[in-house]
Amino acid sequence: MALLEIEQLSVSFGRPEAPLIAVEGVDLAINEGEVVGVVGESGSGKSVSSLAIMGLIDPPGRVAAKRMALAGKNLLDISSRERRAMLGRDVAMIFQDPMASLNPCFTVAHQLMETLAVHVGGRASERRARALELLRQVDMPDPERRLNAYPHQLSGGMSQRVMVAMAIACNPRLLIADEPTTALDVTIQAQLLDLLLALQKQRGMALLLITHDLGVVAQTAQRVVVMYAGQVVETGALPRIFQAPRHPYTRALLAALPENNVGRQRLQTIPGTVPGQFDRPAGCLLQPRCAFAAPRCTQERPALFGKPDALVRCHFPLDGEAR
Amino acid sequence: MLAYILKRVGMVIPTLLGITLLAFSLIHMIPGNAAEALSGERGMSPERYRELAHQLGLDRPLHVQYFDYLVRLLHGDFGRSINTHEAVLKEFLTLFPATAELALCAILLALMLGLPAGILAAVKRNSFLDYSVMGVSLTGYSMPIFWWALLLIELFSVKLGWTPVSGRIAIVYDFPTSTGFMLIDAWRSGQAGAFRSAVTHLILPAIALGTIPLAVIARMTRSAMLEVLREDYVRTARAKGLSWFSVVCVHALRNALIPVITVIGLQIGTLLTGAILTETIFSWPGIGKWLVEAIHRRDYPVVQGGILISATIVISVNLLVDLLYGVVNPRIRHGR
Amino acid sequence: MSSTPPSLLAELWRHFSRNRGAVAGLAVVLLLVLLALFPGWFAPHSPIEQFRSAALSPPAWLGGGSRHFPLGTDAVGRDILSRLIYGARLSLTIGLVAVSLSLSMGIVLGLISGFMRGWVETAIMRLMDVLLALPSLLLAIAVVAILGPGLLNAMVAIAVVMVPHYVRLMRASVIGELGKDYVAASRIAGAGTLRLMFDTVLPNCTAPLIVQATLGFSSAILDAAALGFLGLGAQPPTPEWGSMLASALEFIASAWWVVSFPGLAILVAVLAFNLMGDGLRDALDPKLKS
Repeated sequence: MALLEIEQLSVSFGRPEAPLIAVEGVDLAINEGEVVGVVGESGSGKSVSSLAIMGLIDPPGRVAAKRMALAGKNLLDISSRERRAMLGRDVAMIFQDPMASLNPCFTVAHQLMETLAVHVGGRASERRARALELLRQVDMPDPERRLNAYPHQLSGGMSQRVMVAMAIACNPRLLIADEPTTALDVTIQAQLLDLLLALQKQRGMALLLITHDLGVVAQTAQRVVVMYAGQVVETGALPRIFQAPRHPYTRALLAALPENNVGRQRLQTIPGTVPGQFDRPAGCLLQPRCAFAAPRCTQERPALFGKPDALVRCHFPLDGEAR
Repeated sequence: MLAYILKRVGMVIPTLLGITLLAFSLIHMIPGNAAEALSGERGMSPERYRELAHQLGLDRPLHVQYFDYLVRLLHGDFGRSINTHEAVLKEFLTLFPATAELALCAILLALMLGLPAGILAAVKRNSFLDYSVMGVSLTGYSMPIFWWALLLIELFSVKLGWTPVSGRIAIVYDFPTSTGFMLIDAWRSGQAGAFRSAVTHLILPAIALGTIPLAVIARMTRSAMLEVLREDYVRTARAKGLSWFSVVCVHALRNALIPVITVIGLQIGTLLTGAILTETIFSWPGIGKWLVEAIHRRDYPVVQGGILISATIVISVNLLVDLLYGVVNPRIRHGR
Repeated sequence: MSSTPPSLLAELWRHFSRNRGAVAGLAVVLLLVLLALFPGWFAPHSPIEQFRSAALSPPAWLGGGSRHFPLGTDAVGRDILSRLIYGARLSLTIGLVAVSLSLSMGIVLGLISGFMRGWVETAIMRLMDVLLALPSLLLAIAVVAILGPGLLNAMVAIAVVMVPHYVRLMRASVIGELGKDYVAASRIAGAGTLRLMFDTVLPNCTAPLIVQATLGFSSAILDAAALGFLGLGAQPPTPEWGSMLASALEFIASAWWVVSFPGLAILVAVLAFNLMGDGLRDALDPKLKS
C-alpha cells in the first residue's frame, strides 16, 4: 500500500457557473521513503494539489476526489481535529517564500517550540533543547544565536532552514516541499537540496518535491510527474523520462533548458500561454501550443494510459504508440 | 530602541511649538481687539484700552509677546478665566478627571466589543455575522453622536427610567473626592448605593461616546485581520496543525494589532470631540462642557488654554502610541 | 465551451453593483440631489413659515396630528418635513463647498510637498501635523471663534479641518507614483514639473481621492450638524438639520418627533455617502475586496 494515494483529485475556484479549474482528475501515489518530483509551469496546478492534500484549500475553492488517503487514512472525510493532529506530525510542508512564511512577531525558538508543544509535548526546557538540536540538524550556522532571532534578522537560506527544522520536528512520514529553492540564491539552492535529500535518507521520509526547475528534479527525484494546466500529462522514472520523453510537453520543457540549447542563436520555447479561466480548450489542453497537433487533438480530450509507472496523456505519444 | 524613542520625541517638539503659536495667534485673530478678548471688558475708552494693553503686554512687538507667552506656559500659567477668575490650568485639572473617566470607560467598552467583533467578522467573512458587524459599525459612525445620546436618553431614561439624565452621581451622595474618578471615590466611600449610582450615571454617556471608536475599531480589526489571514505565515501556522485559537488569536491577531493600535491612538481626537458633545447633552462636568460654555461666553483665555492643553494631550497620546508601536513590532525595534 | 472576459467598465460596475449597500447609497444620494435641486416640488410648506396655532403638533399618523404637517411641527409651528427637505439642499451644499475647498487645497499642497521634498515638504507636513493634533471639532470651533458663527464660516471651518487628510493622501500617492517607471519615462521625454504634476501623476492618484471625497461629504455633514447643534453653525431660522436639534433636549419627553426626524435625516444622508464611498473603494481596488 502506498503512503499517499490520490485518485481523481479536482480543485476549482470562482463562481460555479464560470469556474477556474486549477486541478483536474489528478492521480498520484507516493511510497514510503520515495522521492517524487512534480514539475510544470506556473498555473499547472502543482502547488494547488499539494495544498489540497494538506486540506489548506479554503472556500470558495472546491476540492473533490475519488480517493485521497495518507497511510490508509481517508483525508477527504476527516474531522478538523484529526486533520490538525495529522498536519505537522504525519505530513509537513515547506513553502516557496521562507521569509514570508515565518511569523515576524515571534522568535525562531517560539515557532519551533510551538510545533513540538502541539504534537510532542514536554516541558519548555526540553522543547528548547530539542529546537536547538533541530537547528543543528539543518546545518544552521551559529544555532544558539539564531534561536533567539526574529525572522527579519535571518537570510533567505537561514529562514528556509528554520522552515525545514519545523517541518521535520515531529518526524513526519511525508514532507511536501513546494518550490523550496525558487526564492533562494543559486549558491544556497544546492545546499538546501542536499540537506533535504540527506534528511530524507536518514529518516526514511517520503519527499514530494514540487518545482518548475527540471534541473532540480533531475538531481533529486526517483520518479517524476509532469503537470500541465491542471492535468497530469506524463509520469515516469528517472532517468528514462528525461532521456526519452513521450509527451510533447515534457519534450518541449527539456528542449527549453539552456543546457540543451548550446550553440543555438535562440532558446527553444513553447509558443503561446497556459489556458486561463476563459479559454480552456475542449480537446487536448496542450493542443493550441503543440507542434504535433492533429484534428483529433482539437476534438477529443486524451486520457492517461500506459503502464503504471509510465503514463502519458496524448493521442500521439512520441514513442509512436498511438492510441 | 533608544534611538527610536529619541527620534519620535524629537519629531513632536516642532508640532508642540506650532500648537503654541496657533493658540497665541488665536487671541489676535478674534474680531475686536486682543485686550477685549483677554479681559472681557467691552466698549473701553481709548485711555482704558491703552492702560489695559500696557498691563497685558499687548503694546510690545509680537515676537516678544510670543516669547513671553512661551515662558509663561513653561511656568504653568495658561491664563485666567474671565468668568471665574481662576487659573485656566487649575480649572482644567479640576475638571479633567471627569472627562478622563468617561473617555477611559468609552474606549474600554469600544475595545471589549470592537476587537472580538472585528476578529469574528474577518474569520467568518461574508457571513451574516460579518455583514451585521459591518452594518452596525457603519451605522455607528454615521450617526451624529449628540442625536444618538438623545435617543439613548429617550429610551433608557425617559421611557424605561433605568438611568438618570445628567450629572455623575445622585445629589444625595456627598463624599470627599480623592482621585476625581467617581467610580473609585464612590467605591471607597462605602456609602450604600453610591457606587451603583455612579455606574448608572456613567453608562449612557460612555455608550454614546464609545460608539464611534467601537465602530472604527471593529472595522479596522476586521480589515487588518483579513489582510493578515492571507499571509504566508498564517498558512504555515495552519500547516503545523495549530488550533483555530492559536492561528487566529495568537499568530494572526498579534500582527493585526499593529495597525489597530495606531487606530486606537487616533481615537483620542475622536474621544475629545465626542466628549464636547456628550458632556453638553448629559451635563457631565468635564472639560468638553467647560469649553463649549467658554465659547458661548466669549471666555477666550479658557478657549485658548483649553485648545492648547487638549492638543498637547492628543500629541502625547499619539507619541505614546508610536512608542508602543515600536514595542509591538519587532522590525521597528531593530531599526529595519 | 469558453466565455469571453468582460470589459473594464462593465467589470467596475459589476463590482459596485454587486454591493447592494453601495447601490442603495447611490440611490439615496441621487434622491437627496433631487430634493436639493427642486425642494419646492416636494415640500408642502415654506421652511421658515410659522404656524403658531399648530406648534408642536405630532406627525400625521398620531392622534392630534394632521396630513397638513406629515411629520409634525416644531416649537414655533414650522413644518418639520419641509424643513428637512430644504435642509437637504443645505447639507449637500455644505458638503460640496467644504469638500471642494479642502480637496483643492489638499491636492495643491500634496503635490507640492510630494514633488519638492526637502524643507518645503517638511514645513507643509509639520503644519498639517499641527492641524491634525487638534480634535476636529475643537479646530472647527477655533475657526468659528475667529470668523464668527454662521453657515458660511462653518463651511470654511470644516474645510480647514479636512485639508490635512487630503494633503497626506495626495503626498503619499505622489511619492508612490514618483517611484514608478512611467514618471521616469515622462521626465526623460522632457515633461516639465508642472505638467508632470497635473497631467501625468495626478490622474493616477484619483482613485483614493474620489473615495476620500465621497467620504468627506459625510464627515462634512456630521461636522456641520455638530456646529449647528452647538449654535456655532447655521443660525435660526435656517433649516440646517443639526441646528434643528439644538434645543431638542427639552422636548425629549413631550415631542419626540422634533428630536427624531432631523437626526434620522442626518443618519440617512451620512450613511448613504459612506455606503457609496465604501462601494467605490471596493470597486476601484478589487484587490482589497477579494
